[in-house]
Amino acid sequence: MAEMDTSSGGGHKGGSGVKKPKKLSTRIDLTPMVDLGFLLITFFMFTTTLAKPKTMEINMPYKDPNMKDEEKNKIKNSVALTILLSKSHRVYYYEGIGEDPTKPPEVKVTYFSQKNGIRDEIIAKKKFVDGMKASGQLTAKDQMTVLIKPDSTSTYSDLVNILDEMNINDVKVYAIIDISQVDRDFIKATEVANGGN
Amino acid sequence: MGHAKLPRKSTNIDMTAMCDVAFLLLTFFMLATKFKPEEPVVVKTPSSISSIMLPDNDVMLLTVDTKGRIFFAIDNKLKRKALIEDINSAKGLNLTESEMNSFAIGASIGVPLNQLKSYLSSTPEQQKNIDVSAPGVPTDTVATSQANELGAWITSGRMTNPKLRVCIKADGDASYPNVSKIVKTLEGLKVFKFNLITNLKAIPPGTAAYAEAKH
Repeated sequence: MAEMDTSSGGGHKGGSGVKKPKKLSTRIDLTPMVDLGFLLITFFMFTTTLAKPKTMEINMPYKDPNMKDEEKNKIKNSVALTILLSKSHRVYYYEGIGEDPTKPPEVKVTYFSQKNGIRDEIIAKKKFVDGMKASGQLTAKDQMTVLIKPDSTSTYSDLVNILDEMNINDVKVYAIIDISQVDRDFIKATEVANGGN
Repeated sequence: MGHAKLPRKSTNIDMTAMCDVAFLLLTFFMLATKFKPEEPVVVKTPSSISSIMLPDNDVMLLTVDTKGRIFFAIDNKLKRKALIEDINSAKGLNLTESEMNSFAIGASIGVPLNQLKSYLSSTPEQQKNIDVSAPGVPTDTVATSQANELGAWITSGRMTNPKLRVCIKADGDASYPNVSKIVKTLEGLKVFKFNLITNLKAIPPGTAAYAEAKH
C-alpha cells in the first residue's frame, strides 16, 4: 500500500517458501504530501474570500451649474430632518430644513451610539412622517428626507456612518449638502448652550 | 504467542488519489487567488452594512490617507500604459518609454505631475520611499481648473477605459473636506455614481435593514 516497503522479502509477503529476490517497492507514503496540499488549499481559500473588500454604492444627485432654481426640488419642512456632522464625532440634528433664520430650529446633539443615538431620532422621524401620511396631512408622494451637512471638522468615518444609518433605517431620500454659515452658527450656539466645547 | 494467525488487513490507504484531488484544488485556488495590490499607504476604512463586492476589473481606486493625501491607481497593465501615454501627451511631460513602462507595471501614483518624471525614473524601492513623504495628487474643488491634477487623471482614465468604476478608499480619520474635494471633482466631471470602500459590519437587530435581510 502507500508506504515504502523496506522490510525484507521474507515475512508475511513471501508466502510459503517461494524464494524471491529482494525487491524495493516504488511506493512512497503520500500522507505528508496530502497534508501539505490541504494546508495550502485552506490558506488559499481563506485569502481569496477575505481579500475582497466591500463597497457602498453612492449616487450623488445630478448637478448642473446652469440649472434654474425653479427646476430644483423643493422639500417640505415637515418631512425633512437635517443632520449636521461636527467635531469629535458629534451629530447635531434638527427638524425641518432650517432656512428661516428668524425662527431658529431646536438643535440637539447626539452621537453614533447603538442606543439613544441618531438612529432613534431617524426612526422617530420616519414614524412621524408615516403618521402624517396616514392622517392625510401629507400625500403618498411625500417621503422622509434627510439632509446631511458635514462640517469641515468632521471625518470621513462620520460620513460613512451616517450614510450607513440611511441604509440601516431604509431612508430612501437623502442628500449630502455643503454646510452653511447658518448651520455652523447653530452648532456654535448649541455648544455654548451645553457649556463649553 | 502461539495463537492461530488471523489474516491481518492493512490499515494503510492508497493516498495517491487523495493527493491528486488535493493538488488539483490547490492549483485551482492558486490560479483563482488575486493578491491584494500593493498599497502605498495603510488605510483603515470605516465599516458599513453594505455587502456589495468590489468588482475585480475596471476599477479606479482613489486612496486617501489620514493626512488627506490622494493616491491614484487603475487596474490592468495595458490600460495603465494607455493612460500614461494620454497624460504624457496631454500635459507635455516628455516621459521616456522606460518611464512609461515603469508606470504601467507600478502601483499607485501620489506625486504631482511635475515630480512624475523623476518618480517614474526611480527604482521600485526608491518609489516606495518617495510614497512615504509624497504630497499626493493635487486636487481642488473645481474639476476643470489646471491645478486639479486629479481631475486630469480621472478624465484620462475614463477616456482610456470608459467602463471604469470610481472607488474611493479613504481612511476613517481622513477629514471630510479632503474627501469632499474628490467628490466635488467627480461631480464636476459628471461622475455622480461611485463607490466607497468599507469593511463589513453586522446589521444591528431591530432595524429596517435587519427586517429586510431576514425576508
